[in-house]
Amino acid sequence: MPNKTFFWFFLPTGLAMILFIGLPIISTGIQSFYAQHDQVVKEVKKCDPFGCTVSIVVDQEKTSKIREEKPLGKFNGFGTYVDRNHLAIEEIGKFWNETNTFGEFVDQVTNLPFYKALIFTLTYCLFVTPNVLLLGFIIALSLNAVTRRIRGPLIFGTILPMIVTPLVGSLVLFWMIDAEGIIGANLQMLMDDPYLSLKSSKTLTWITIIIYGIWHHSPFAFVVFYAALQTVPQEPVEAAIIDGASRWQRVRHIVLPHIYPVVTFVALISLMDNFRVFEPIIGFSAEGSAQSLSWLIYDNLVNEEVILFGSAAATSMMTIVGIAILLAPVLIRTWKEFRTAR
Amino acid sequence: MKKILISLLFLLFGTSAYADCNIKSGSINILANDFPALRTFVETAKGCKGSADFKVTHSSEHNKIAVPALTANPSEFSARIAANSSIVPLMNQDLIRPLDDLVKKYGKGIQDSQLITIDGKIMAVAFMANTQHLYYREDVLKELGIAVPKTYEEVVAASEKIRASGKMQYPYAAAYKAGWNLAEEFVNMYIGHGGEFFKAGTAQPSINNAKGLATLNMLKKLAGLSNPDYLTHDSEAIKVEWESGNVALMTLWASRSGTLLDDDGDAKITAATKLTGPATVAGGNIPAATLWWDGFTLAKNRSDADAEATFRALAHAAANKKMVADAADQAVWLIEGFKPGPKSIGVIEAVKMKAKPYPMLPQMGLMHGALGSEIVEFLQGKESAEQALKDVEAAYMSKAKEQGFL
Repeated sequence: MPNKTFFWFFLPTGLAMILFIGLPIISTGIQSFYAQHDQVVKEVKKCDPFGCTVSIVVDQEKTSKIREEKPLGKFNGFGTYVDRNHLAIEEIGKFWNETNTFGEFVDQVTNLPFYKALIFTLTYCLFVTPNVLLLGFIIALSLNAVTRRIRGPLIFGTILPMIVTPLVGSLVLFWMIDAEGIIGANLQMLMDDPYLSLKSSKTLTWITIIIYGIWHHSPFAFVVFYAALQTVPQEPVEAAIIDGASRWQRVRHIVLPHIYPVVTFVALISLMDNFRVFEPIIGFSAEGSAQSLSWLIYDNLVNEEVILFGSAAATSMMTIVGIAILLAPVLIRTWKEFRTAR
Repeated sequence: MKKILISLLFLLFGTSAYADCNIKSGSINILANDFPALRTFVETAKGCKGSADFKVTHSSEHNKIAVPALTANPSEFSARIAANSSIVPLMNQDLIRPLDDLVKKYGKGIQDSQLITIDGKIMAVAFMANTQHLYYREDVLKELGIAVPKTYEEVVAASEKIRASGKMQYPYAAAYKAGWNLAEEFVNMYIGHGGEFFKAGTAQPSINNAKGLATLNMLKKLAGLSNPDYLTHDSEAIKVEWESGNVALMTLWASRSGTLLDDDGDAKITAATKLTGPATVAGGNIPAATLWWDGFTLAKNRSDADAEATFRALAHAAANKKMVADAADQAVWLIEGFKPGPKSIGVIEAVKMKAKPYPMLPQMGLMHGALGSEIVEFLQGKESAEQALKDVEAAYMSKAKEQGFL
């Protein structure tokens, strides 16, 4: 496609992206450098049905004046980024000096909210993404081999996990693994341990969420791979059969190289999706054992009665940076291939 | 035909007699939490809407919607049913209006004790009180010869005895869901120990002390006697546990007693469900519980006409003797004419025992949030109580700095 045609073709999408994605990110970025003004408080008498007390409130007259002058708040630079609830630079330095063994140091660092969330997010990505690719590919290959007559219903059944809303899907599983649910109760019987609870153990909660993630995301990989498999040319496959290549050899040397670009694409999308893992944590009520970066943002915005815009914005920006770092190897590779192809 | 006509006439007169508030215009839109008493209250207000436009949103996620919805100008809601804790963010952001003039003009029948005044201005009108207190299974306790517990130490002993008897594996329940609920349990227990959350007159945290440690240890003991999934259990979940007969002792909101004692579910369990006041802890005099009021506030960013219409409708309910008499079971109403029934024992005992109200401080929400996430690992046995309290203070400090409190 000539560059000019491409430009006009892309223009509407590009504009929409700038408007709905670019500008909000810039605004979030700016927000992350600001904190709230110092609160002006005053002592007042408060009375309620249970009696009167002297207590403090925010002095609205003075506060509103300061707010009008500088509506964005107090400039804080990277203050929010490095504070204890985010990168915690100062605390990490302190832990390094105070702890005796490396293990102790790691314990202390992973106790910080941001790193705790980062570790869960990365673990989730590392386990879910490859398994989604593998499972999706296997399902696509198997479905491609069954007779056409039953393929339709089978495909529908396979993509069901993707159709089910993530929250509903995770809630169903959540109830099943309850100590009184079908899976939970049977596990207790099997293990002969009445105290076994999938929800109270951190490791088991992580495993549950990861398995859920694989279950939920595999259909996407499957659909894309299945479509790609339809484009595999039949001649080389037939030639290979005549040459006596086994099924595995055909897949390894003909099918895989052919759909390789699609694998990269699915890996990219899957990584991006998984890095933003959020719904299963809510669905499984797993806040206690598993927090992800997206969950931290949600927590800052809604869980407290006070909304922490600065914190949420800083975590958002770092999530974007995180995704960029994760995707960098794949992107660089794609770019190199693009250059050599030209 | 004649009968139909008569009943139609009855209906017409019935409603016109009801709508005596004579509201001619304005639009009313209310945001409220979702439990039976609030539904009754809002329904009563609706009965007097006259020709005003009337909308209501009942949601258990009301806290998450309130600030953004009231910040908009004009705001989405003309009124918000708030409580001691949820009025604070509205005050902090200056989102609600003083009600003095409206109370003077239309507040006939509202008692002085219902008025929430801050710095001399009426900011809310309360209509019901709430607290968390003990529920127990009379049959189970009697069978094992256990006296009704008065302290949390007795709750622990009783639960251990029930477990040892083999009757129930997890005899105790409380809403320990990580987040707001768990933090609320800490707040209750810490207040029961006589603790203060902040250094006097400042926003500096002060929970890392012997009382804080004792609080955490007591919570852990109780958690050990609860269903192992306790970190995922909110009020609704433990109510279900209770109704399935898995639990014999429970700390739960008074406002939930209505649904526990209604005709739904196992009649045997319902008959054996008894209420008592909140427990004390560590030899303290005041109960390990906080007193709450629920009341209505009016949005600032809304026209005066809407505010007036909304106030008149809500004031009608907030001074409604008929509603209080009809729904005496649903709540401990603060409205004149309320005769406390057996379901209000919890709150009345709490008031008698001089329970403290939930602290109405501007920075308390941040402390509550920090507690909800940072004490989880201690309960899971992954870190020490000292470390957990240190984490709470550190998490709170960063948030409070960002919000300009420190």
